[in-house]
Amino acid sequence: MSSFSLLTSIVSIPWLGALMLASMPRAHVKIVRVLALLYSLSTLALGLVAWANFNPAATGFQFTEQHAWIGVLNVSYHLGLDGLSLILVLLTGLVAPAALLASWKVERDPRLFCILFLFLQGAALGVFLALDFFPWFIFWELSLVPAFFLIKLWGGPDATRAAYQFVIYTIGGSAFMLLAFAALFAATRTFDFVALAAAAQSGGLATKISARALTAIFLGVLLGLAVKVPLFPFHTWLPSAYAEAPTGASMFLTGIMSKMGVYGFLRILWPLFPAQLHAAAPVLIVLALAGVVLGAFAAMAQTDLKRMVAYSSINHVSYCLLALFAVAGAGAAHAAASGAALSGALLQMFNHGLSASALFFCIGIIESRSGGKRGLNDFGGLRTAAPMFAGLCGIAMFSSLGLPGLNGFVGEFLIFRGVFGLVPWAAAVGTLALFATAYFLLTFWQRVFHGPQGPGVASFRDLSGLEILTLAPALVLMFVLGVWPQLLVSIFNPLVTAWAAHLP
Amino acid sequence: MTLPAQYLWLIPALPLLAAGIGAVVPRSGRALAAGSAIAAMAVSFVLSCLALNGALQDPAAHAVSNFAWFDLGDSVMRLGFVNDPLTAFMCVMVTFVGLLIFIFSTGYMKEDANFKQFFCFLSLFAAAMLGLVVANSLLMFFISWELVGLTSYLLIGFWFHKPSAAAAAKKAFITTRIGDLGLLLGMLWLYDSSGSLLFYDGGQGVLEAAALTSLAGQTLSCGLAVSTAIGLLIFCGAVGKSGQFPLHVWLPDAMEGPTPVSALIHAATMVAAGVFLIARVYPLMSADLPLAAVPVHALTVVAFIGAITALLGAFIACGQNDIKRILAFSTVSQLGYMMLALGVGSWTAAIFHLLTHAFFKALLFLGAGSVIHAAHHEQDIRSLGGLRLKMKITFATFAIGTCALVGVPLLFSGFWSKEAILHAAHGWEVSHLPFYAALLGVVLTAFYNTRLMAETFFGKPRSHASEHAHENSAVMTGPLVLLAIGAVVLGFFGTPACPWLQARLSGEPLHSNMDHLLEGGGLMLLSVVLVGAGIGIGWWLYGRKLRQTAQAADPLAVASPAIMAALANRLGFDELYAATVGRLNNGTAALAQGLDRWVFGGFINFLAQFGIFTGTVNRQVDEDTLNDGFNAVSESIRGSGQRYSRAQTGEAHGYLRVLAVAFIVLALVLVMGGVR
Repeated sequence: MSSFSLLTSIVSIPWLGALMLASMPRAHVKIVRVLALLYSLSTLALGLVAWANFNPAATGFQFTEQHAWIGVLNVSYHLGLDGLSLILVLLTGLVAPAALLASWKVERDPRLFCILFLFLQGAALGVFLALDFFPWFIFWELSLVPAFFLIKLWGGPDATRAAYQFVIYTIGGSAFMLLAFAALFAATRTFDFVALAAAAQSGGLATKISARALTAIFLGVLLGLAVKVPLFPFHTWLPSAYAEAPTGASMFLTGIMSKMGVYGFLRILWPLFPAQLHAAAPVLIVLALAGVVLGAFAAMAQTDLKRMVAYSSINHVSYCLLALFAVAGAGAAHAAASGAALSGALLQMFNHGLSASALFFCIGIIESRSGGKRGLNDFGGLRTAAPMFAGLCGIAMFSSLGLPGLNGFVGEFLIFRGVFGLVPWAAAVGTLALFATAYFLLTFWQRVFHGPQGPGVASFRDLSGLEILTLAPALVLMFVLGVWPQLLVSIFNPLVTAWAAHLP
Repeated sequence: MTLPAQYLWLIPALPLLAAGIGAVVPRSGRALAAGSAIAAMAVSFVLSCLALNGALQDPAAHAVSNFAWFDLGDSVMRLGFVNDPLTAFMCVMVTFVGLLIFIFSTGYMKEDANFKQFFCFLSLFAAAMLGLVVANSLLMFFISWELVGLTSYLLIGFWFHKPSAAAAAKKAFITTRIGDLGLLLGMLWLYDSSGSLLFYDGGQGVLEAAALTSLAGQTLSCGLAVSTAIGLLIFCGAVGKSGQFPLHVWLPDAMEGPTPVSALIHAATMVAAGVFLIARVYPLMSADLPLAAVPVHALTVVAFIGAITALLGAFIACGQNDIKRILAFSTVSQLGYMMLALGVGSWTAAIFHLLTHAFFKALLFLGAGSVIHAAHHEQDIRSLGGLRLKMKITFATFAIGTCALVGVPLLFSGFWSKEAILHAAHGWEVSHLPFYAALLGVVLTAFYNTRLMAETFFGKPRSHASEHAHENSAVMTGPLVLLAIGAVVLGFFGTPACPWLQARLSGEPLHSNMDHLLEGGGLMLLSVVLVGAGIGIGWWLYGRKLRQTAQAADPLAVASPAIMAALANRLGFDELYAATVGRLNNGTAALAQGLDRWVFGGFINFLAQFGIFTGTVNRQVDEDTLNDGFNAVSESIRGSGQRYSRAQTGEAHGYLRVLAVAFIVLALVLVMGGVR
């Protein structure tokens, strides 16, 4: 791979696309959109190339690229990919083009929209592939800039407030993370995740840094990641950000950006601070469980469909954290359960990306067709007017509520299987959320699609070809992964097995 | 010819294929959708017969075919198929009854615009139901079980433009899901403690001796064996799906679905899946029986829940006026009998009753459908009447179904299967209360069915609709006749004199002996007397003086209005749940929402306001002390900053300040780190 830097290409091609679009201010809108879509699709194509050349049995990083960058800070440009990164790259390759397609009808400055979007996509990919804190953090923070403008400029009536809250809150968290890594660097003279993880495993970190300082550093990193995911109770920015964002941005935020935080937990917090995470696990399990249960119940109280799905996202992503915390808290006592929980968490990341972005897309359709309405009680009888839309939205909904046979079930089942083996009471309490999720999604379905037709519903157009095309890949994968999860599991099973056997 | 276990998947796969065809054909492809559904069911029926033929050759064996689903750590998650008499009898019943109901539906749903979708959903249901029956893994069972719930949801809400249908569909899904959460937890526990979810796996399965001994051997701090706890959790799923007390409330509402759906899903097959589940995991449920010191055995709970349900359903059925709701509560009650049989230790009697009930209850529902179809969707028995002469085939077959349900002696299948249950309950050593409940249920069953027959078919038509009713076409009456034959014949496979069915199910040798008939003679005589009493009271109240108008008061309501009102109101369970569970649910949602808005969101807003406050103070200090330190440049910056802070909420300042501090500290740390 020396002549062709695969991972650099994955990260940089969307950015090149953004640059290219920026340099052609007079281009026809249609050309801009097609170009943006092609650049966005490059992730999927290169992700598939990576998959084809990927060796799942090797649990280390593959396709690594490392170049010295800032000598005085010992910073290197270090990229690498393992099973975890690969599924997130593939997910980005699926969700980002769909989100762009969902924004096909954006009228207001589509070129700027596409530039920002590609910029965002590249930054997210950088987060999933960078192995040195310095570039990683740059990608991490840079992703906020386009997200901010996408929400603020193309969002709903309250978008400005939501965008500020989102960015400031996230930066507030990141500031602590930056501090923490600065302190870590001061002691270890490295920003490299691989080196730091090795030092943590060998006990090198503990010899260089006092236990109290290490705990403070851990808390700083935890805070930065917790806001991003978000972990309960740092989630209050999320509902308004997701709800006010334009459809395409909501899809990307929930599909990809919420995974950045979970990724950070798995890639950074757990390997670097296993002892601290183990010690904090009892508290964190309660917080994750609160996110699972209260997220689902808060969704039940929403009357704005977008906010409802946003809260449902909190619930779904919290499952991933619950699994991780249960594993970290239990130690190596029950490898079978730990492996199941981690496999479930990885599956859940992918599956939630598919189903939540599909749901946001469906709500976007409702919103655009009805002149901006998206209240739970604004509709009724949509299924008669748009049977195809109702059917496809229904599939996304049942995927989200974890119906067996669709993708969501396998991940949630494995998470519950693992958590039950490690912290039985948490699994038992968590089932309340399964009930609540079914309840609010079916309420959504009943109020919007069933019953007599509401005002203005009769003229509701069914899906266009473009809209079907946008949804189709996700829907097909919901069936495929529901029946044949091995497709995805084969990518990360050796990695997860290794994690469970020698817990970091 | 037999069907080897590795080809069992074909039985559910064919209807699944038909569902796929039904999903993709255009709306006009009615013949193709219905034709492929019926053809797939017919072939699956033949395959099921072959499977039964194979299973009967060695009834005690479980032929399995397991396969890997996905890698899970060092091991693999495996699923599988099993063929034994329990599975095979169920397959034959589901495919046969299903086939007849499919054929009936082509007539019943002829006018419906979504005809092809109906057959798509029906096929999907059949696929899931058959998948559940052939599953050799609790996980695969659970997957099919949930899919059955989905199709039930879709079909109850088939006429989704009706708010009542949409609400009933949701209620069914949610209520059964409550039970399913128990099943899920039971499954997780079973998996965690035995490392497998396969039922039979050459000695390694969870229903085989090694796992059972281990599960029954572990005791929880409350004194229960682990197998008891798991069994009770699994039973929760059965309670939800099979409409057992206290989760029975969804089943009557499910009658909002088209009547063939009620016959297939909510009478013959899906609701019986809970009974099938307990029969399937019977070795696990009964693993704690040898333990004497435990507080309760899993099966004891099953028996009491079954007895309560049997009695409750029969009581409420007496006070209903909708022909389908009467039958629905009757189903609740009969499922209670099956659970009772399981609980008192005779799972073969439960399955015997399950099979006979599938025939006679499907017959009754299709008969009701025939009536409803002919009477332009009039379902209130007070407005029907006099259909005996207008719909002769429907009347005759409905009467046969009623006799089977009531347990009219000797000739009708329900008599023999109910007899087996009563016999088992009588022999139960733990308590005789369930037995007495079952006896009382017999009287009530005879009573409400006499009422149903008298009001619907006798007297004179009491509405325009019933006056103009006439017999339906052969596609609808044909299935009625075939089911009626089944409702008679099936009983003879399990008489005490020759309990062939029970012996084949359990795999034990068959002892046929006429003397067995006489041994249980006293009990049999008692039940005959009770049936007679029920019919007698029913006739005395409803048959002696037939109803004249739809508005005339119900004799029972005249006799005791309070009881009738309570029964008509289904004893207030829905209100009770709305006031408790519903309110708790909404309260939790409001709490979660309130916490978010006022506590966590409020704290963040407080931080933001605090940031603005410090910013303001800071600026005042700057302005006072550095009044003329800066020139117009800084003035303009500040001006824009003020505009900015007015335009925005100002939260930015506090956090940007944090970031600035962070960068400064970072720089300091780096410098100091570099120095060292």
